[in-house]
Amino acid sequence: VKCQLCTSPATVHLTNIENNKKREIHLCQRCAEAQQLVKKQELNLPAILHTLIGQHVGPWTDELARLTCPACGIRYMEFRAAGRLGCPHDYNVFRAGLEPLLDRIHRTCRHVGKRPKRTVSLEKQAELVELRQRLQEAIKTEAYEEAAQLRDLLRQKEATDESG
Amino acid sequence: MNLDNLTHTSGEWLRGSGPESDIVISTRIRLARNMASFPFCNRASSFQKGEIETVLREQISKLDVEPRLAYINLPALNNLDRQVLVERQLISRELAAAEGPRGVALAPQETVSLMINEEDHLRLQVMRSGFALDEAWRQIDRVDDQLEQRVSYAFSDDFGYLTACPTNVGTGMRASVMLHLPALEHTKQIEKVFRALQKINLAVRGLYGEGSRASGHFYQISNQVTLGKSEQTLLNEIHGVIPQIITYERQARQSWLRDNRQGLQDKISRAQGTLCSATMMTSEETMELLSYVRLGINLSLIEDLTLLTVNELFIQTQPAHLQKLMGVSLDGEERNAARARYLRTRLRENGAHRN
Repeated sequence: VKCQLCTSPATVHLTNIENNKKREIHLCQRCAEAQQLVKKQELNLPAILHTLIGQHVGPWTDELARLTCPACGIRYMEFRAAGRLGCPHDYNVFRAGLEPLLDRIHRTCRHVGKRPKRTVSLEKQAELVELRQRLQEAIKTEAYEEAAQLRDLLRQKEATDESG
Repeated sequence: MNLDNLTHTSGEWLRGSGPESDIVISTRIRLARNMASFPFCNRASSFQKGEIETVLREQISKLDVEPRLAYINLPALNNLDRQVLVERQLISRELAAAEGPRGVALAPQETVSLMINEEDHLRLQVMRSGFALDEAWRQIDRVDDQLEQRVSYAFSDDFGYLTACPTNVGTGMRASVMLHLPALEHTKQIEKVFRALQKINLAVRGLYGEGSRASGHFYQISNQVTLGKSEQTLLNEIHGVIPQIITYERQARQSWLRDNRQGLQDKISRAQGTLCSATMMTSEETMELLSYVRLGINLSLIEDLTLLTVNELFIQTQPAHLQKLMGVSLDGEERNAARARYLRTRLRENGAHRN
């Protein structure tokens, strides 16, 4: 199909319905931009990432779609839509979906390089995030007694982490 | 830190000195880090972001760096001041536009900037004038070492430093070198260079990063991959190709001079002439013309102007800087008139005016 305004190949195909009459429009990218029918193409990383995520987790989707991170509460589908994870623990919870994606982006899925001298186990990181989220919930519902307890517990857990 | 004073200087990245500074404008490294016990920023409540800011700000204040870093609370700044920081590359557009508690700790000479509550809890950035990857790495590594002793970072043995976006996970490091490549653009060889870079996993971006256009013939070259290669390997990969691009650009400049000296001289003189006498000037045209003037100085085709003046003008003619310098807020048309006026004054002061 050729562009209706010039002779270049048409890459933008639109259907316009007006007064119950359907009209198809075929334009090349340049004419479509000039008509302000499409936005000028920019490097849109979230969109590209979104496509990548879609392409590379196909077989797992059913199982993954049901996953929710117990620590921060983000659902796998929310990550897919926004391209951003919710907390460190998601790298564990969504591992099956993330590894193919990381492989595609970085051509590997194992870290090489700097390591912090002090590390906290992933389980501990998840526990701390979860406590934080519960604290947040307690404050929101004005359950101040529970909030105080949770805050003490968090301090205690973080303190043992300092010494360990 | 007084932001009004900042606008009178070029800042670190346009200082115009450092190794290979005729072509390499600046070197920048950033590290993405998150705290282990908090959700990432996009999932954190305003209250939690406040806690993150408090903890990080306190730990940053204890850093052993000289001179001390100044902390800027971003919600307290007006939009124009935030934009000034973006134009100086001290904060990202994302941090300027974000919501809730957030801020930046800055070194007075603008070489270090630590952003809190950007996409990740902490984004460390070190900037150097000229081509100085090793020096920049040593400094950012030292700051990171000090912080990791006080803050538990989100980290996994398998995936490295954990980040909100999987494109940054692993080292969390993005190293970038900003180049001025007018001759490669003129000879249209630039596309070839970019394709070659993409094949070895290096990204090419415009002046203000992701999605921005390459104005003023400025290009940023940075590592695409952050996982599976050590910081040193990633730095070496960039370090390996930059000298080659510098050589290509120098060769292109020389053959331009050799093949069409008069045409080049004319282009540069016209650029200078337009900057000295136009009465309306968009930011885009200014960048383009200043770029030719910069090239003219580097090739000794212009002798009555210094690189420092031109570098200052690159930044001072940006929309927010211009409004700060004029002391009033200006709309598009008014800005174009003020920009042209400012350029005329500055260039004539510096002896560029020829009778």
